[in-house]
Amino acid sequence: MKNKYSIFSLIKNAFSYHENWQRAWKDPEPKKEYDAIIIGGGGHGLATAFYLAKKHKMTNIAVVEKGWIGGGNTGRNTTIIRSNYLWDASAGLYDHALKIWENLSQELNYNVMFSQRGVMNLAHNLQDVRDLKRRTHANRLNGIDAVWLNTEEVKKFCPIINTSPDIRYPVLGGTLQRRAGTARHDAVAWGYARGADAMGVDIIQNCEVKGIKRNGNVVEGIETTKGFIKTKKIGVVAAGHSSVIACMVDLKLPLESKPLQALVSEPVKPIIDTVVMSNAVHAYVSQSDKGELVIGAGTDAYVSYTQRGSHDVVEGTLKAILELYPIFSRMKMLRQWGGIVDICPDASPIISKTHIKGLYFNCGWGTGGFKATPGSGDLFAHTIANDEPHKLNADFNINRFVSGDLVDEHGAAAVAH
Amino acid sequence: MFLINCPYCGERDQSEFSAGGEAHIVRPKQPTELSDDQWAEYLFMRKNIKGVQFERWNHAHGCRKWFNMVRDTSNDKIHAVYKIGEKPPIN
Repeated sequence: MKNKYSIFSLIKNAFSYHENWQRAWKDPEPKKEYDAIIIGGGGHGLATAFYLAKKHKMTNIAVVEKGWIGGGNTGRNTTIIRSNYLWDASAGLYDHALKIWENLSQELNYNVMFSQRGVMNLAHNLQDVRDLKRRTHANRLNGIDAVWLNTEEVKKFCPIINTSPDIRYPVLGGTLQRRAGTARHDAVAWGYARGADAMGVDIIQNCEVKGIKRNGNVVEGIETTKGFIKTKKIGVVAAGHSSVIACMVDLKLPLESKPLQALVSEPVKPIIDTVVMSNAVHAYVSQSDKGELVIGAGTDAYVSYTQRGSHDVVEGTLKAILELYPIFSRMKMLRQWGGIVDICPDASPIISKTHIKGLYFNCGWGTGGFKATPGSGDLFAHTIANDEPHKLNADFNINRFVSGDLVDEHGAAAVAH
Repeated sequence: MFLINCPYCGERDQSEFSAGGEAHIVRPKQPTELSDDQWAEYLFMRKNIKGVQFERWNHAHGCRKWFNMVRDTSNDKIHAVYKIGEKPPIN
């Protein structure tokens, strides 16, 4: 049993110079067989394992990760959490996640630093105004908090925004979701890993999946760099590499993997206490607790698995940032990186069974998966445990690309694809 | 970011080009006879290969012509460029 983190454990460990903290999770070798295996040790995969163990009592399970946990998109995103999506299906999905976020630190006994600082989406042209107002109404009908702010209210909420009517894309207003915000991305992976490990889940790092063994139309196990592991249920949560795993069973997915970039500045004193996103000019910015500006850029337009991205994409984003926030003109950017995002044609995820028995996919989160981490894990765990989707992810099945029941969220996805 | 050797204009910066996705996906000859599964396959399903991929590109800020390219998506290295209608120079 793990020691609970508390003020008392902090004081106790202070006396031994913090050198005797218990390991947060074990580093086991794989067993011969598990009841279920999750491929991918990012936030979504670890959350899936956590809820499989916690809610569905499946504790003889493993998470296999080819690198280190949280080293993919979980550790590379801009940590924005919100649920102001347009369609009912998305509202249900993302707000389910947001509700879990609100108690996640307590649930995991791990501080994920969830901060409901609000997310503001700016409108820069008449169509933006119409779309965002429509989305505000749709949100409120679905019980999601959303308000429309005019230009003066935008300026009042975030004074450093340039609201001059003379700029190339003037600010005509914006929407605000106050319950939205940010969280510490690494802590989410670590918290779920620690919680899952405490319930008996094996978290196996540096273990790359090389193949999936099938008998007819039923999965039998996975071939990995640490040998063959037998299992009846496989949940694939491999983000940008989902198509690579799918290829092992000759399955084609409606995905394209592209680099998405982010960058941070040198740390400065608190200057922006919320998250501001602008779809039209493609700039979004928040400030981390360390003081860095966290800036999200766009995706490259071509398929690539190189975790870097093009320079012109960053340049375009920074141009927009400078026009909207002239105060940042002398800031220096410290680091830039890319993650590989798997994008669906309708900018909505897939949380689904497949035609192969025992094979489940959770993918297609594209540019906005972090916000959904707890909800995605919870619903995917339900789908794997019951071999049936939960009602909240029933619309996100893979067959929607055959039936035509797409959930088009390009407008709410914030990053233009 | 990389340089692309446009078959009509020569070597130019990648930012001049727009990507058109996977190449050699043939439009169905008799669309009215297609099942929903076949439509889904044609419209949405992609190989999304990590490795050598055949793809279409358009020199959008140049000659505006379409052409094909063989590129390794794991390192963005371009193996070949060839015109629409031509056979791929490598398999």
